[in-house]
Amino acid sequence: MIGVRGSEMSALFGFAERQLYVYKRYWVWEVVWLFYSIVSVLSIGFLASGLSSLGAGGGSFDLRKAQLYLLIGALLWGYLSLVFMEAAYAIAWERWEGTIEYTFMAPVRRVTHLMGICLFAIVYGLGRTFIVLLVAIAIFDIDFSHADIAGALVVLAASMAPLIGLAILTSVLPLLSPQKGEQMSFAVQGFMLLVSGVYYPLTVLPWPLELAGYASPLTYALAGMRSSLLQGATAADQLPTVAILLGMGVVLIPLGFAVFTWAERRAKRLGLLKRSG
Amino acid sequence: MSSPAIEIRGVRKAFRRRERESGAPWWRRGWKDKVALHELDLTVEPGGVTGILGPNGSGKSTLIRILGTLLTPDAGTAKVFGCDVVTDALQVRRHVNRVSVEAAFFKELSPWENMVYASRLYGNTSRQTRRRVIEILDLLGLSKDVVDQPMKQLSRGQQQKVAIARSFLTAPSLLLMDEPTTGLDPRSKKEVQAVLDTLRAEREITVLLCTHDMDEAAALCDRVLMLDGGHVLADGTPDELCARHGAGTLEDVFMQMTGKTLEADEAEEVTL
Ligand SMILES: Nc1ncnc2c1ncn2[C@@H]1O[C@H](COP(=O)(O)OP(=O)(O)OP(=O)(O)O)[C@@H](O)[C@H]1O
Ligand SMILES: [Mg+2]
Repeated sequence: MIGVRGSEMSALFGFAERQLYVYKRYWVWEVVWLFYSIVSVLSIGFLASGLSSLGAGGGSFDLRKAQLYLLIGALLWGYLSLVFMEAAYAIAWERWEGTIEYTFMAPVRRVTHLMGICLFAIVYGLGRTFIVLLVAIAIFDIDFSHADIAGALVVLAASMAPLIGLAILTSVLPLLSPQKGEQMSFAVQGFMLLVSGVYYPLTVLPWPLELAGYASPLTYALAGMRSSLLQGATAADQLPTVAILLGMGVVLIPLGFAVFTWAERRAKRLGLLKRSG
Repeated sequence: MSSPAIEIRGVRKAFRRRERESGAPWWRRGWKDKVALHELDLTVEPGGVTGILGPNGSGKSTLIRILGTLLTPDAGTAKVFGCDVVTDALQVRRHVNRVSVEAAFFKELSPWENMVYASRLYGNTSRQTRRRVIEILDLLGLSKDVVDQPMKQLSRGQQQKVAIARSFLTAPSLLLMDEPTTGLDPRSKKEVQAVLDTLRAEREITVLLCTHDMDEAAALCDRVLMLDGGHVLADGTPDELCARHGAGTLEDVFMQMTGKTLEADEAEEVTL
């Protein structure tokens, strides 16, 4: 007999393994998505290159710096949105396949279930973003000589906490509304892109959006990564950012689980887990 | 274990739906309760196969889902081996598994991959699983080369067999079977029934079986419950029921019992 902890570990691994099987089976799709990620990051890079011919190169404007600023935004956004959607979509996808009742009926704690999905999404997202990064470095010969890689990695690691919380919160949507949940995840993702300062500083936003931006953990993740990669902020310099990110995680992860538990109870009360009786 | 496999006390379940009264303007839609189960009491002792018969919409699947912790009852309590399905759901889930009418799988994955996933959720390792998967599928008359094809390439009957194999794999002590043999050919039905018998010989397992196949019910069940409109109409061994209603087969009993309410049902359908 395996103990409770052992069986939860087995389940955690099971969720990750399942995703791996799915990617293996859909590998053509994954290649297409990778291509899409590369193309979108490259187009942002070329957008920056093109700014000079649009007359933006003069005076104090540092084109290389602007390009790096935008590329970091594009790369990080690619990673964050991938993890976010991957996790948010997990429930929607199981509904669509019709397996949701079986997953919910398994003797697995919801924490294990959602963590399994999020952790796999993070590993996968990092892997894919790394490939895109290599392509971007090759094409734009990015200069990381001023960068403090350790500082950037610390921020990246800390950003996992609020990201998992947000992803769980969004994965609730398909449980609340079987029909519109998935589209709502896209709306949430789009809004995050708008307010989190991916391609511009928050100060250019009208104040209500700027305010929303300060509430978004992605803002701090992006700002922290930029200060390390562009200005060489060290891991020690990043302590305030790390504290904010972890603090947001401490609030968002339990909140995500609480909301998910509530939504699951509601779905079971109203019979929403499955559409057809 | 001294507690009964299933102990249901006064369980009621209704679904709220938004409906427009016929003739009402399109924007005026009121909430309506559709009662799926009325105050149900049921005790099932461990071991044995209990059949649930009833026309479409009589609440069979609702009962199965409540026991599988997929629906919470509006009132009353339901316990599986002494564990409450609402307050002690995780414990209940360790005891139960379910086969439903539609085989729910990741369609792009193979039966093998689906089974590994399922058994990991129940804490088994894949090494134990492979041998067991092949063994069970073989008993069900599925060839080995099916094991690694994507699910979507299997016929409905084959998929259903994999679903049955999956439910056996996790060694449940309460097996909830919701029309497991619907869509299977006569030979496959027999195979499923034989496997069920084999498994029951191996270890104690309690089965709750919903079916529309009266012969299957007569062949497999030690006890039969007739459900209609969320009420239990009859309860007893197949022979008892036949004797009580002076009928030759369960089908005759079913016709007699549900015939009374058939007209009322039809009237209800029309207004929907
Ligand atoms: N999730 C749900 N949402 C709304 N109504 C539901 C839901 N599940 C069941 N019902 C309703 O409850 C009633 C009983 O349904 P149930 O699925 O339990 O019947 P059943 O006996 O399994 O029928 P069948 O033989 O067709 O499988 C039906 O009227 C159905 O419309
Ligand atoms: Mg049913």
